[in-house]
Amino acid sequence: MTLRADLAAIADAVPPGARVLDIGCGDGALLAYLRDSKGVDARGIDVSAANVAGAVARGLSVVQGDADADLADYPDAAFDMVILSDTLQAMQRPAAVLAELVRIGRRGVVSFPNFGHWRVRAALAFGGHMPVTKSLPVSWHETPNIHFCTIDDFRALAAELGLRVESAAFLSGGVRRGPALANLLAEQAVFVLAR
Amino acid sequence: MATHALDPTDTRFGLDRRVMLPGPFALASGQSLAALEIGYETYGTLNADASNAILVCHALTGDQHVASVHPRTGKPGWWARLVGPGLPIDPARHFIVCANVLGGCSGTSGPGSIDPATGRRYAMAFPVITIRDMVNVQARLLDHLGVGVLQAVVGGSMGGMQALDWAAAHPARVRNVIAVASAARHSAQNIAFHEVGRQAIMADPMWQGGDYAEDKPPAAGLAVARMAAHITYLSEEGLTAKFGRRLQNRDTLGFGFDAEFQVESYLRHQGLAFVERFDANSYLYITRALDYFDLAAAHGGQLAAAFAGTKTRFAIISFNSDWLYPTAESRRIVRALNAAGAAVSFVELESPFGHDAFLLEAPEMNRVVDGFLRAGA
Repeated sequence: MTLRADLAAIADAVPPGARVLDIGCGDGALLAYLRDSKGVDARGIDVSAANVAGAVARGLSVVQGDADADLADYPDAAFDMVILSDTLQAMQRPAAVLAELVRIGRRGVVSFPNFGHWRVRAALAFGGHMPVTKSLPVSWHETPNIHFCTIDDFRALAAELGLRVESAAFLSGGVRRGPALANLLAEQAVFVLAR
Repeated sequence: MATHALDPTDTRFGLDRRVMLPGPFALASGQSLAALEIGYETYGTLNADASNAILVCHALTGDQHVASVHPRTGKPGWWARLVGPGLPIDPARHFIVCANVLGGCSGTSGPGSIDPATGRRYAMAFPVITIRDMVNVQARLLDHLGVGVLQAVVGGSMGGMQALDWAAAHPARVRNVIAVASAARHSAQNIAFHEVGRQAIMADPMWQGGDYAEDKPPAAGLAVARMAAHITYLSEEGLTAKFGRRLQNRDTLGFGFDAEFQVESYLRHQGLAFVERFDANSYLYITRALDYFDLAAAHGGQLAAAFAGTKTRFAIISFNSDWLYPTAESRRIVRALNAAGAAVSFVELESPFGHDAFLLEAPEMNRVVDGFLRAGA
């Protein structure tokens, strides 16, 4: 099984055998991959009943729930790694979710679309419209994404919350790229955070 | 794969079995039963390493006929949509056990059984029982059947409570638990509805303090109890869709007290049909057991402590229109299991049919149960 580049970047950050919680795990594709390739103890949360049913059918332990409300149910340091994959921008309270991430996990790994990418900027600056791109394919009135940020915004929030950035990976066109001018040139970012 | 369950002369296995196990059998109340009779059924074959056993637990008014035609009513098994050939719980793959609960009226010791001390029916001299007592009876039955560790305990409603209690009482004997449309405790509202039912039975002069003759039961009281309970099994949306304000066999109001509305006629029918197949005293005892159920009570109110250190996997399923054991109760269980570090899955499924949804056609429920059981085989 080949993983999407952003998921592969997340998987790289997960140590073998770790206790992992994937928030917004969808139908469990990433969790199943981590379980099968890295032997992790895989848990997930997703809002959609259909997704949960699909994930359970893969043999995963997944709970239907809402990251904005339900992370409080988990004890401190219950996981080695908590994954928030392409979900931060859909949270009601992203800062609170990030704080929960590193409370219930020893580390958090967060991926998100970079709203500072030049195509997004161009769409707004020259087109005068909210961008519809490959990594942001849904128009503004239908997207579940309510809290977009740029890579620099994310770094600023992490610093404000006192979170340590352990590593960061950047992607463009489905391939990894270096950190140079990432805020302008990366479509997606993957950050590993710790308290 | 030769196993004892294949032995055709072994009368422990098959449909409509009865076994009398020697007592004394200790109960949560401190009392005990001198002997224990259990009515049960088995489906499928226990495999060589006895690892494919699934215990299915029935709800308040259910019985052991989970997937076989009911001998008295002629109706299909109460969970024949989930248990059967080609279904998630499949006799071709699983050794399936379903037993009538302690206190019941379908072959297992209950208030209708003969008290060996007097030679007469126990009636209200039967000790008050608990969900834990029901679970311990099932454990005794499994000992008798040669099943040590269960692949799974599966139940809906009160059956789900037994499944949860199995994980708390016998954690080393159950690898997977599925609790559908259930709760870890009875709420004040749950207790209140049951009290209405019990009072209806006890207010019926035919009840006679429980000492009614078998052919002269407190039918009116039991029927009212069933009618009140039945409302809690449905949703307002379901009732409205099915009956609305439609009249029964008439076009205008009759200005009387016959069952003029369809919903009245339906409830009366439910009440009358129930009396045919259920014992009033059993209804008192089992509703009492439900009201006493609170898994957290023995742990200072900390539900998570009931599952501390558990290695059992759990699947918790609720239905969005169930107001008897609403999703919030399932979430409470999930929270506790998360706090205990247990492997738990949870899903709230959509259905307009209220609590009864778990007994009806529910493809998503079957999908979850199937996936969960296959992964934990």
